Amino acid sequence: MSRRALALAALAALLVALPPVAAALGQPYYIDLVRRVMIFAIAAASLNLILGFGGLVSFGHAAYLGVGGYSVGILAFYGVNNGWLQWAVAIVASALVALVIGAISVRTRGIYFIMITLAFTQMLYYLGISAEEFGGDDGMRLKVKSQFSGLLDLDHPVAFYYLVLVLLFAVLYLVRRIVDSRFGMVLRASKSNEARSRAIGFSPYPYQLAAFVIAGAICGLAGALLANHTAYITPAYMDWTRSGEIMFMVILGGAGTIAGPALGAFALLVVEDLLSGWTAHWQVILGPLLVLSVLFFRRGLAGLLPREARRG
Amino acid sequence: MSYGILVFEQLLNGIQLGVTLFLMAAGLTLVFGIMNLVNLAHGSLYMVGAYLTVCAVQWTGSYLAGVALGLAGTLVVGMLVEVIALRTLYERDHLDQVLATFGLILFFNEAIVLIWGRSALYTSLPAWLQGHVELIPGSIYPVYRVAVIGVGLAVAAGLWYVVTRTRLGMLIRAGASNRTMVAALGVNIRLLYTLVFGLGAALAGLAGLMAGPIYAVQPGMGELILIQVFVVIVIGGIGSIRGALVGSLVVGIVDTLGRAFLKPVLGHVISPPAAEAAGPALASMLIYLLMAVVLALRPEGLFPARGGR
Repeated sequence: MSRRALALAALAALLVALPPVAAALGQPYYIDLVRRVMIFAIAAASLNLILGFGGLVSFGHAAYLGVGGYSVGILAFYGVNNGWLQWAVAIVASALVALVIGAISVRTRGIYFIMITLAFTQMLYYLGISAEEFGGDDGMRLKVKSQFSGLLDLDHPVAFYYLVLVLLFAVLYLVRRIVDSRFGMVLRASKSNEARSRAIGFSPYPYQLAAFVIAGAICGLAGALLANHTAYITPAYMDWTRSGEIMFMVILGGAGTIAGPALGAFALLVVEDLLSGWTAHWQVILGPLLVLSVLFFRRGLAGLLPREARRG
Repeated sequence: MSYGILVFEQLLNGIQLGVTLFLMAAGLTLVFGIMNLVNLAHGSLYMVGAYLTVCAVQWTGSYLAGVALGLAGTLVVGMLVEVIALRTLYERDHLDQVLATFGLILFFNEAIVLIWGRSALYTSLPAWLQGHVELIPGSIYPVYRVAVIGVGLAVAAGLWYVVTRTRLGMLIRAGASNRTMVAALGVNIRLLYTLVFGLGAALAGLAGLMAGPIYAVQPGMGELILIQVFVVIVIGGIGSIRGALVGSLVVGIVDTLGRAFLKPVLGHVISPPAAEAAGPALASMLIYLLMAVVLALRPEGLFPARGGR
């Protein structure tokens, strides 16, 4: 095993060991915190697929958290509590929304892409605010969490924790498989040089669009998880600062690496948690920290891990 | 009141929102066109302008002196931000710029909360700006909004003059098309950048201080307008001042008329209860739909900037 793999395995083991340790220490709060972190790690990993490997800087990824969350919330509102169905709808609905948004925005480049993805997410945000039936601005409570035919009880914090953990590993594995596949090669090629990838016969558009849809679908799952985690769904899921945060996780952790976004989610949310425990005005400290990390910490947290192959 | 007067007044409201958007968009698009910098914190400068002015008006007791101090203060804050944080970002890609200026927004919003608290401030206008005027028979319209439109259009004209007819404007245009060449000709390009950024900041501050008495002065007020300004410059074509002007007026008018009339008009087409539900949602989404349509037809906006890289 390489040193990098060992480091990552150690981190994974820490995650597996956390619930019993937290319970033994009488600190169940940490189970809740890390579960939230892992849900955002899934969202960040999905963004990383298009941002880190595809070069598509989407500034509206929180949209799919919202679509996933509201899918669960709206089905529960109408009395459908079957988790298999709810989560499948969350994933499919997010994929469809991503297909519509992507079909228009993937045609644009650079700053236009950043802004059009932002604008579409704002549209969904206002749609959520004006949906009076589902709580409008205040949002809606999820009275009954998703039911998995008795197999799994999401009201049990530790069981839910391990479910999120398994899903996080599955998503990271899936991203790795996608990136290593022929499809992923074309995606990465179109990021590093679009003209050359066209010249060897690959039009980037369908590949980028497909990646955009896959990323949306995965983030929709994160939205369904988040709805069950907070038991509350509000338009704030889709707030543009949320999109910015997810983007930060990817960059802070290291865009274009598999484990990076998860590391970034941990770093950002844990720092947020520590600062907010310390002062109500924590953003006055976090803001400059973020600026400094962009200016001086360019390789991200994943760059701190031992390298996979040693260079001579 | 007849329907025609109502439409006229809403049209004026739309133009008033449009010129406010233009003041923001002009600075943002100049900074993008010349420094190639995406500045999300432009909305924070709008907020800073509004707060500094409220504060200065209370301190000096004079509205005009307060406005002057507020503008000067925003100019200084803008130049400081440029020198301290943004200068090193010009050579970075847009992603880094978006993230760093996102961090600045968090900082500014919370710093404002620290100094002035979370609740909204309200400003009092001097007596000569408070009344109403009769612009067309039967329609009385607030003097202040007329003044906002006048100032906005005057600034647009002044900006056009500076950019196309003065030496500074020539340098700005030259810097936008080839910065290396301008620097090689002996122009202090760093100073020019700081000046342009300060100018953009002052325009944002002007927009903020004029919007203050109409909307509330509160933390986070900059982000509400910032996203609308993005829509404006994307529709107009990033880097183009002409595009910013056209885009601002179109977005201002479409947004205002949509909020005022979409619901009643929809009520005639579909059933009134359905219009009641769909109207407000559609009205607040209208400008984003407009942007999506424009981008689908013309991916570089209505007036793509020429001479850029």
